[in-house]
Amino acid sequence: MDLFEHQARELFERHGVLVPEAHVARTGGEAREAAVRLGADEHGVVVKAQVKTGGRGKAGGVKRAADAASAELTARQILGMDVKGHTVHTVMLARPVAVEQEYYVSFVLDRAQGQFVAIASAEGGMDIEEVAAARPEAVARVPVDPADGVTEEKAAEIAAAGSLPEGAAPVLRKLWQVLCSEDALLVEVNPLVRTAGGELVALDGKVTLDDNARFRQARWGEEREQDEGGGQSDGDALEALAAEKGLNYVKLDGEVGVIGNGAGLVMSTLDVVAKCGAKPADFLDIGGGASAQVMADGLSVVLGDPSVRSVLVNVFGGITACDAVADGITQALARIRLTKPLVVRLDGNNAARGREILDADPHPLLEQRSTMDGAAERAAELATATAA
Amino acid sequence: MAIFLDKGSKIIVQGMTGSEGMKHTRRMLASGTDIVGGVNPRKAGTTVEFEGAAGTGVAAGGAGGGARSVPVFGTVAEAREATGADVSVVFVPPAFAKAAVVEAADAGAPLVVVITEGIPVHDAVAFRAYAQQRGTRIIGPNCPGLISPGLSNAGIIPADIAPEPGRIGLVSKSGTLTYQLMYELRDIGFSSCVGIGGDPVIGTTHIDCLAAFEKDPETDLIVMIGEIGGDAEERAAEFVREHVTKPVVGYVAGFTAPEGKTMGHAGAIVSGSSGTARAKKEALEAAGVQVGETPTETARLVLDRLA
Repeated sequence: MDLFEHQARELFERHGVLVPEAHVARTGGEAREAAVRLGADEHGVVVKAQVKTGGRGKAGGVKRAADAASAELTARQILGMDVKGHTVHTVMLARPVAVEQEYYVSFVLDRAQGQFVAIASAEGGMDIEEVAAARPEAVARVPVDPADGVTEEKAAEIAAAGSLPEGAAPVLRKLWQVLCSEDALLVEVNPLVRTAGGELVALDGKVTLDDNARFRQARWGEEREQDEGGGQSDGDALEALAAEKGLNYVKLDGEVGVIGNGAGLVMSTLDVVAKCGAKPADFLDIGGGASAQVMADGLSVVLGDPSVRSVLVNVFGGITACDAVADGITQALARIRLTKPLVVRLDGNNAARGREILDADPHPLLEQRSTMDGAAERAAELATATAA
Repeated sequence: MAIFLDKGSKIIVQGMTGSEGMKHTRRMLASGTDIVGGVNPRKAGTTVEFEGAAGTGVAAGGAGGGARSVPVFGTVAEAREATGADVSVVFVPPAFAKAAVVEAADAGAPLVVVITEGIPVHDAVAFRAYAQQRGTRIIGPNCPGLISPGLSNAGIIPADIAPEPGRIGLVSKSGTLTYQLMYELRDIGFSSCVGIGGDPVIGTTHIDCLAAFEKDPETDLIVMIGEIGGDAEERAAEFVREHVTKPVVGYVAGFTAPEGKTMGHAGAIVSGSSGTARAKKEALEAAGVQVGETPTETARLVLDRLA
């Protein structure tokens, strides 16, 4: 789960990293109040769109306002703005900081090495990947031994390698604390700035939390709540509905609804649908169980997507038996009304028995195919035919 | 021979007495696997009866028919000492997985197969480093385990998909795609199939398996299944170019995956321009690996190479 900038800022503050004074607003009126509290009439204020995507500066989502009145106007302009498909529902107002110099620091997961690595550079404020591509020598990468973490020595090593200013090492250790105690996969500060007063302040940040650690991070409930309705892209209503039912669902922008078992097989099914000339409308992995309830829930979410024109159920029975899946489909069809053509492919464990069960109780909108490629082709055909 | 797992492998199950552990221990036994113990400190000293578990699966020569009783030990160390077990399969819940792997590594287990899904990445980073220092190989986490058909089965891969041993080696990030390919190629058969798992941090990589299959005299051809996220496939392609002389056929899932969305597996995510299926396919092809566009086409490429 990616956090909004204001949530990342809060985490930094909680762990003793200096951040600009700031408040969040959802309306122009709230923005004005926040600006007043931040003393905007004296020294201005920065209004920043809260969206979980990069490039908001270029899109006009970050603006300086001279006083509280213009902060309100600016906030009204930014709220509702679209940044790469993300609607802005929240802005953060921050007290301006007198910047002397900008730096970059992050801790990211190095999947290849199976450990975290510190990235540091004296060229902050820009896209670090671009800096690394243009001038690799300006970006230092320092691996962190999982057993030791960021010790004083390690922090000093990172600071020296990245040409960070005096006082950076303690900040690095606090950011490492954020990473570990919050179960984050990414902690990035860009830019980390040295102010005219010589302080190091995290001016902007990004934090990604590990969804797998939810069970031991009680506080995340709040963050998720704040998440609702904030900076979301379209199709989220379906994703929220699926999440409520405990389904592993991702909304896509095509017309063939896809349901399958196993993440790899479902991803592969999407590709085969695309190869057949149609576009998948979703990724839905019903996992190993595929009970009647899960199948009914899955079908109702997929059928509830207005862009779906046909549905493809692709199951390979490994641990799951296909007759159980067929029972699930039959029972699901008794609970919900099938409104769109459904193509089912059952293969593997007890496939013959599963196909018999579906044949024994024929539904006018349900067809079976014995292979994955054949089923995808038929579903694509049905989707494009109904489109014409 | 096969890789990592053979006829002599003695397996214990951490978390055997839980519902998943029971179900899959029964299945492993049924496929002829030598399960010598379970580990659960609260049930140490007891035994668990698996009715009709020993039987007809992969190892025709396995203990024939009837029940098998499996002793439960308090610790991995006790289990190893009493049974000489050299493989542990871990089914414990995510919150306890790190402690379970650390315990197995401390007990000197050479191979630990972590089936558990949903382990926090910080835990995986920690136990991976810990095990590495102690010479313990980890497979997984969040994986179906591995099978050497006819010899042994450590994990949840259904042995009856492709019961006969053969000469294909398979390594995959995905469980169901492993099953799909095993099914399509069941008439040829496999030396070993290794599900390395779909998490961002895993113990055994594509490269480890490619290296082992390259050395394995029982393997003639290698099937490598990848998916979006990270750059493991690109690095594996580099390894194939430099170190693998056997034919390799590949498959990559996730061409239609949008940027920034996690597709089921925690590690399956395209970030910016990195981790795309296209980049992986191109890297593999540049290294001389034939890459199928669908699982079925991938199987056909294998058949063509072996014809």
